[in-house]
Amino acid sequence: MAEATKTGDDGVQIDLISGQRMDELTTMEKIRLILDGVHDGNIVILEEGLTPDEESKLIEVTMGEISPDEFNGIEIETYPRSETRSSSLLGRLMGGEEPTAKLTVIGPANQIETLHKDESLISALVSRN
Amino acid sequence: MGLFTGLRHSISRVTDRLFSEQEPKRIGIYGPPNAGKTTLANRIARDWTGDAIGKESHIPHETRRARRKEGVEIERNGKSVTIDIVDTPGVTTKVDYEEFTDEMDKDDAIRRSREATEGVAEAMHWLREDVDGVIYVLDSAEDPITQVNTMLIGIIESRDLPVLIFANKIDLEESSVKRIEDAFPQHETVPLSAKEGDNMDEVYENIAEYFG
Ligand SMILES: Nc1nc2c(ncn2[C@@H]2O[C@H](COP(=O)(O)OP(=O)(O)OP(=O)(O)O)[C@@H](O)[C@H]2O)c(=O)[nH]1
Ligand SMILES: [Mg+2]
Repeated sequence: MAEATKTGDDGVQIDLISGQRMDELTTMEKIRLILDGVHDGNIVILEEGLTPDEESKLIEVTMGEISPDEFNGIEIETYPRSETRSSSLLGRLMGGEEPTAKLTVIGPANQIETLHKDESLISALVSRN
Repeated sequence: MGLFTGLRHSISRVTDRLFSEQEPKRIGIYGPPNAGKTTLANRIARDWTGDAIGKESHIPHETRRARRKEGVEIERNGKSVTIDIVDTPGVTTKVDYEEFTDEMDKDDAIRRSREATEGVAEAMHWLREDVDGVIYVLDSAEDPITQVNTMLIGIIESRDLPVLIFANKIDLEESSVKRIEDAFPQHETVPLSAKEGDNMDEVYENIAEYFG
């Protein structure tokens, strides 16, 4: 896992999780890895996203962890990769084989004001309070 | 009753179920909070059985438990289909009790949000285990391309469930059915107003056709 870590008080940590790392994990391990990161206030980026079944479980487990004034749930966006992805950002960052699945960005709902997506960009506005 | 008799009894019950022709299909009504799922479920139930299913409200997460109405028989053009209608809680990835504090006091808002989270989890569970088809309801006055909609449609497709998309609230000025058709071109979109009862003929034709 590549981690762009910044530990200042108002820093935002981004966890980049490679497809290879995810492949080794069971569904619940994947969900724990994601939600543990999100609980810590991190933005989690999955190189290859989740299967529909895993997404369904992620929603279910997230719901069980929501608690007033502590955790409001998640924001999630996926970004489907086009056929020509040889120069994709993550591909270059992480090296190795080009993934086929969708890039997925997940973050804590109470800190991400908007997770905005258009054709070629997912941008997250993270509040620092 | 001996073990064997008991076993034979339960086996014959299982085979009865397997071979009974008219096991009604369970059709789950899914969609984001406030799309009009309960309003639709109530209209269908009232039209064909005479009574309602649940409470409608402009406050999101009004439905916090899946509710099933059994044996709703819908007839259209000589075709008849009997279905169980399951009205489910609106699905989301986040719930903030402060969304409700304008409408109720803090304790009630916190209780509502806790029940809402349980309801969403329950809806997801029904989707994985207990429905045979889906009516996906969207508020056509809102942008249909949200992560929840994309994820849920993906989950439904991955389970090979037959799905109809209902573009609800066409009585509203900002309504755009085309926006929904363009967002999910792989599925049949049916425009309607569950509240006003507009286009219900086409709604029932499609239900009879798809789930019959
Ligand atoms: N204008 C208009 N409003 C509608 C229509 N259908 C439902 N509504 C309104 O939308 C609001 C939400 O309706 P519900 O049926 O409670 O929505 P729901 O999808 O069951 O919501 P949850 O149970 O919270 O997930 C209510 O105020 C309804 O009156 C429609 O066709 N047109
Ligand atoms: Mg409802």
